[in-house]
Amino acid sequence: MSRGTHRLHVDWTRCDGHGSCAELLPELLTVDDWGFPVSRSGERDPVVPVALEAHARRAQKACPLLALRLVRATERPAR
Amino acid sequence: MTSTLTTQRLLAGLDHGPVPRLTVEALVDLLEASGLTGRGGAGFPTVQKIRSIGRGPVLVGNAMESEYLSHKDALLLRAAPGLVLDGLEILAIALRARRALLAVGHRLDPGPVREHVAVRRSSVEVRHLDGGFVAGQESALVNRLDGGPALPGDPLVPVRHRGVDGRPTLVVNAETLAQLALLARYGADWFRSVGTPDDPGTFLVSLTGSTREVVPHPGVVEVPRGTPLGDVLASAGTPLPRARAVLVGGYHGTWLPMAALDAPLSREGLAPYGATPGAGVLHVLDQRACPLRTSADVASYLARESAGQCGPCINGLPRMADTLTRLAAPGADRALAAEVDRLRGLVRGRGACAHPDGTAHFVASTMRVFAGHVESHLRGECHAQGRAA
Amino acid sequence: MNEALWALGRGTGVVALVMFTTTLVLGIAGRSGRSVAGLGRFGVNEVHRTAALTGTTLVAVHVTSLFFDPYAQLRLVDVVFPFLGSYRPLWLGLGTLAVDLLVVVVAVSLLREKVGPRVFRLVHWATYALWPVAMAHAIGNGTDRASTWLLALAAACAVAVLAAVGWRLSPSYDERGWSRTPRKVSS
Repeated sequence: MSRGTHRLHVDWTRCDGHGSCAELLPELLTVDDWGFPVSRSGERDPVVPVALEAHARRAQKACPLLALRLVRATERPAR
Repeated sequence: MTSTLTTQRLLAGLDHGPVPRLTVEALVDLLEASGLTGRGGAGFPTVQKIRSIGRGPVLVGNAMESEYLSHKDALLLRAAPGLVLDGLEILAIALRARRALLAVGHRLDPGPVREHVAVRRSSVEVRHLDGGFVAGQESALVNRLDGGPALPGDPLVPVRHRGVDGRPTLVVNAETLAQLALLARYGADWFRSVGTPDDPGTFLVSLTGSTREVVPHPGVVEVPRGTPLGDVLASAGTPLPRARAVLVGGYHGTWLPMAALDAPLSREGLAPYGATPGAGVLHVLDQRACPLRTSADVASYLARESAGQCGPCINGLPRMADTLTRLAAPGADRALAAEVDRLRGLVRGRGACAHPDGTAHFVASTMRVFAGHVESHLRGECHAQGRAA
Repeated sequence: MNEALWALGRGTGVVALVMFTTTLVLGIAGRSGRSVAGLGRFGVNEVHRTAALTGTTLVAVHVTSLFFDPYAQLRLVDVVFPFLGSYRPLWLGLGTLAVDLLVVVVAVSLLREKVGPRVFRLVHWATYALWPVAMAHAIGNGTDRASTWLLALAAACAVAVLAAVGWRLSPSYDERGWSRTPRKVSS
């Protein structure tokens, strides 16, 4: 996939497996056995290719629980 | 390197004199030179945590001991509570902390440390908290200390940026604090005089066995980092032919087969086995126990201990444990092994904390180290003599 | 001219009611996590929002045109403070109340990322009050001798909302089409 400036971050404290995000970003996300989003690349916060950035923002707006965020690719969440 | 097995530093019971006052620069230099790493499980270089904490932080000493197999912090609070408080005081002075709290888990007795707090008129707030396996996790602990439930927060906002009272918060394990208390008095060279160059100092090991026979003398010992695994087992009277494997680190840790007895208990010594010293737990599995049944029980426990907040964990861990349980019954379907692997990959990295990752790591270790046993089960045989212990 | 303003006022009011009915029904559908009418889950949500914003725009036109229509006797204060009006003050007051609620709900919804999910959800509950108030206003203020069509339309909207709310309260609603363990919600 091409490079991107942002990563897609799921706030798991909010996500309730509604599923709009996976519908709007099928290239990056699919759903697991229980409806929760899974990153296709297996990465925790997958990089969003530049070509998909508009779709990712749409997915972010679509989440009814505000569980999705686009973060700058340099900001890695601490774990 | 040291020749004796146990090196009493934390557990020596000596009076070490007044608490040294360090500036933050001196503290950072000391931690850098000593190479002290966290003793709570993650093993982070302590100097990095100090460097990255903001101004006027809140300090939290973590004595939750939420790792079920661990007993070291309980011993520390009984035998050397002063050292834990010393560590907090050293950090509080150097970092100009606003508050210092000591979170004591429900399995531990806060009495001795509360007495010490009273005697030295310390401003450390001792909080005796209930909670399960996840309650000692940094952000869950911070939320609990703020009056909410012990639910982990989104790691995008780490507690070192915003934690207790919304302030930068530094969470340090009780044993790390005690190590710091001695390090500040005796210096980095002294600290490094035992252990390995890459992983210096001593650490507390909680040694338990799945049966009384396999570990006749369970308990907590203080040993230099890099001590061979077999030496620690021998000191506890373990009859080696009776042992099948050793779980190193805790319930999120890694199985070491008996062929790995000479593995040094240090970061670099355990790395080839995919293991780390973790919270210093060594749990010996009796030869007579079925490792799959035991692991399935552990996986079920870990599933029950989910904080219940994140979908993949609350759904995925029970399904994985259940599948492993079915695989642990002899004559299981071959497809179950593949399903365990699929679920392992599914839960990893999907949750607010590392509980699903740790559980997946443990299950992966089980499937790898006991692959031969899995094969036997699939053929309809179990070579363990008794029930899972 | 006044006739045109009155007609515009009534027309936009009626269509706004239909828009908000659609908004409420799709809001309930969206909350269920199911896809409805082949829209996809995201589609349900987007039509929900579009209907809400369209309805809001229509309400703005509704209020403006009636403000300039002398027959309606609408003063500026009546746009914000309920029950002070001259023409059918009770029903008008409900309209004002509906506008007040609408402004709060829409503002908070547009600012949802700033206020956070908890406040957003709390304020959104007000829509269950907003719709009946708007409906009462529509019937009370909008009906006169020749308005069976309006009553019929209102009845259709009411049926749709009652069906959706009935579904919302039924046990099968929360399954969302997945079999899974409910989460412990922190926010």
